[in-house]
Amino acid sequence: MNMAVASIGERSAAQDVHPALCFEHVTCTFASNEGAGKTYTAVHDVSLTVREGEFVSVVGPTGCGKSTLLNVAAGLMRPSSGALSVFGRPLSQGLNRDASYLFQVDALMPWKSAEDNVAAGLIFHGKPKAEALAIAREWLVRVGLDGHGKKYPHQLSGGMRKRAGLAQALVLNPRILLMDEPFSALDIQTRHLMEDELLRLWSEDRKSVVFVTHDLEEAISLSDRVIVLSAGPATRPIAEFEIDLERPREVAEIRMTQRFLQLHSAIWDVLRGEVLKSYARNRS
Amino acid sequence: MRAIALDPNNRALVNVTRFLLLAGGLFFWWLSTSQGWLSPFFFGEPFGVLKTLIRWFTTGSIFIHLYTTLLETLLAFGIGTVLGLAVGLGLALNPFLAVVTDPFIKAFNSMPRLIFAPIFALWFGLGIWSKVALGVTLVFFVVFFNVFQGVREVSPVVLANTRMLGANSRQLLRHVYMPSAMSWVFSSLHNAVGIAFVGSVVGEYLGSEKGVGYLILLAEGVFDMNSVIAGILLLTVFALVLDIAVSQFENHFMRWRPVSGETVAAAA
Repeated sequence: MNMAVASIGERSAAQDVHPALCFEHVTCTFASNEGAGKTYTAVHDVSLTVREGEFVSVVGPTGCGKSTLLNVAAGLMRPSSGALSVFGRPLSQGLNRDASYLFQVDALMPWKSAEDNVAAGLIFHGKPKAEALAIAREWLVRVGLDGHGKKYPHQLSGGMRKRAGLAQALVLNPRILLMDEPFSALDIQTRHLMEDELLRLWSEDRKSVVFVTHDLEEAISLSDRVIVLSAGPATRPIAEFEIDLERPREVAEIRMTQRFLQLHSAIWDVLRGEVLKSYARNRS
Repeated sequence: MRAIALDPNNRALVNVTRFLLLAGGLFFWWLSTSQGWLSPFFFGEPFGVLKTLIRWFTTGSIFIHLYTTLLETLLAFGIGTVLGLAVGLGLALNPFLAVVTDPFIKAFNSMPRLIFAPIFALWFGLGIWSKVALGVTLVFFVVFFNVFQGVREVSPVVLANTRMLGANSRQLLRHVYMPSAMSWVFSSLHNAVGIAFVGSVVGEYLGSEKGVGYLILLAEGVFDMNSVIAGILLLTVFALVLDIAVSQFENHFMRWRPVSGETVAAAA
């Protein structure tokens, strides 16, 4: 935390007061599809903060409302009660303009080539097309897609599409990056490569990251802090763990260290109970 | 006995077989009409049709009719497509209007719209515009329903992602809704080409002074079966040409779409 604050510079005074994201008693209730009048509470009374420059992972059993929290953070969904503030400003209408969102499934526009996809955000923000494309090509090189810019998404592999998605999200230089199980569809080797890639890109300018995952190992090896959510419905955070592993990290190697295993078993102790609850509920 | 396996991927074999089928069909037509098994009066005869076609083109008498029919068809096709696109996008993006107009659109669509031909002849006269109007009413609905469906089928994730990238509603329309609807539109355009021809020819048939439909009507009036068949053949060829043109456009604009065999597997 201290190191992150120091690297930000001039904004550091204000940001101790204003975290990047601050959920205050957020509750999301949906109309249930089981019948009229019934409701389903996905998340209940969630209060949590994400500091500027912090990499926070949110873990929890399947279907526990992790994505709901991200959608609230992005402004795609309004909480039924409670509030969200972004750098101290309440987000009450519109989307969170400080955030980019990397979705679980492919979200590239299939009718645009990789470089057009990456440039799209810049063009939407009023950059001239040539300039936007030049920046997009630079980003494609940075995520390891040099020479694939003219390809359409269906011509790229799953890993390459994720890289393009990452470039698309980062090209706007957001202060917050929201990630919803972004690598869950990839095979394990590609996944480790992408995690290292993400850490490398993140360490360049330390954006605030909210990383939702159901994979505890991934959460520990990437984050500064891991938040454990309870089983749904009415999900809420039940525990928080500071991850004091040294950076820079190599995700495949750090999993072998003693400290990693200690943290893993400590968090798993909490998480296991919730996973079992969720399992029992889904089975009945 | 069968030296060559009947492989559907063998282009040459497929084309030769197609040609044989066509030649065989023509041969039996010629044989049965020349032998008197079928009356040439009712069924025409191949060389008569060919002679008619040659006469039409050498005297140049066909061009004014062909030009009229093609012009009507292209106008109906163009206007119907643009209207269908505009109304489809407008209604799909405005759920209230979509719900309000739903029963009317269903009613118009299930109406046998060729029946409008006499009304359009009264409104727009016997010139090309009454045929264009008839074609438009036919083409419009085909395109409209496809655009409407196309917009509704936009992936919610792509939509949310594009909004997160900062697109305003006009940019969403241009970068997400339009391209997404276009793939539906193109599949409908193949139908629309044929239907646009139906509109013009039926319109001409019911009342006009030029056009291939008018030519067919004239020929039928004097029981000139060869000219009727020649007219039908001519229309078929031009409908095919237009369809190929649509396919060319489709291949150009839809090059982002995966073609089977070209797609890379999901794993990296």
